[in-house]
Amino acid sequence: MQIALAILIGAGFGFVLDRVGATNPNVIGGMLTLRRLHLMKTILLAIGTGSILMFGGQMLGLVDVMHMDVKAAYAGVFIGGLLLGAGWAASGYCPGTGVCALGTGRKDALFYIAGGLLGAAAYMATYPAWKSSGLLDDIAGGKVTLGTVPGSKFDGLFAVSGDMLGIALGLVFVLVAFVLPENISGGRVQEVPAE
Amino acid sequence: MTLNWKLGGLLLGAVFFAAVLLVKPIGVSTQFVILDGIIADSVATDFITQSDEGYTSTNAYMAKSGGKYAKNAANPLNYSFIFVLAMVGGAFLSTVLRGGISKEERSAPAIWRANYGDTPWKRYAVAFVGGFVVLYGARLAGGCTSGHMMSGMMQTSLSGYIFAAGAFLTAVPTAMLMYKEG
Repeated sequence: MQIALAILIGAGFGFVLDRVGATNPNVIGGMLTLRRLHLMKTILLAIGTGSILMFGGQMLGLVDVMHMDVKAAYAGVFIGGLLLGAGWAASGYCPGTGVCALGTGRKDALFYIAGGLLGAAAYMATYPAWKSSGLLDDIAGGKVTLGTVPGSKFDGLFAVSGDMLGIALGLVFVLVAFVLPENISGGRVQEVPAE
Repeated sequence: MTLNWKLGGLLLGAVFFAAVLLVKPIGVSTQFVILDGIIADSVATDFITQSDEGYTSTNAYMAKSGGKYAKNAANPLNYSFIFVLAMVGGAFLSTVLRGGISKEERSAPAIWRANYGDTPWKRYAVAFVGGFVVLYGARLAGGCTSGHMMSGMMQTSLSGYIFAAGAFLTAVPTAMLMYKEG
């Protein structure tokens, strides 16, 4: 059953990532240079939609709160984010879209994945040094959500209803998706390159 | 060919919701570690070992958190690993249905050509180094764009916001410096 769901949801995710343009480095490049924010609007709307459905479903008892899986906050999250951002911009791929881009037939994605496997291996080899540096130690409670979600395994950073805050933030993401212009780089509007 | 952002955003949000409704939030970058573990264990058979207490590995990262990565690498037919393989299939299906991408585009994207000309091997080198830095960073952060940014911010996780701030802080200037055209 779990494997069937993995195939179904995984394939659906790969399919939609391709259809929104996320597997295309031209679209990623357009977004990160702020010249074409179409994909940014898509992502913001997706986060907002997911958030509203999930927290709304939890409030109605339709979604199992125990399915939530919150990652720990530590200084390394920020440092890792800085590294990922640079590599993401240079290559035009993040881990999920790089894997999908291979499925679309892009040869450079093969090199990206090979580099990724080596990068992950390099982290595995250097993990003890990071661990002893203290940069992997929890900050602000580690695995926390911004509000306190009833019935969840995770603590809230603030003593407000995590469900209500989740829906409110979801609405903010949707709103930002709507008001964000397609281009904010200062008049240099360019067409999306043909594939 | 690209969906408009309203339909695309709703569909992408629906997939993230379906994942958390039926199983758990989506994440991808851990599976690079799992594939590394599968490869390492096939080359050096004592890389992952099983005992009465469960799985462990000669690598400290592989063995952490009670050996859960070691266990998944020893049993690749698990939800998260199959999920990522299925993503490749889903993207393949989508591409085939929309008619595929051009031969030129397959070797180097248009934005690369606009800035660096017809230099596919230079592009491969940048993709390789980019992949290295992305996955090193993702493992240090404990997640990537899927797990931290999308699944994380969707769940109002503090770490998701910290990650997104770091990622965009370097991604935007890097893209602006490297891709002035296209």
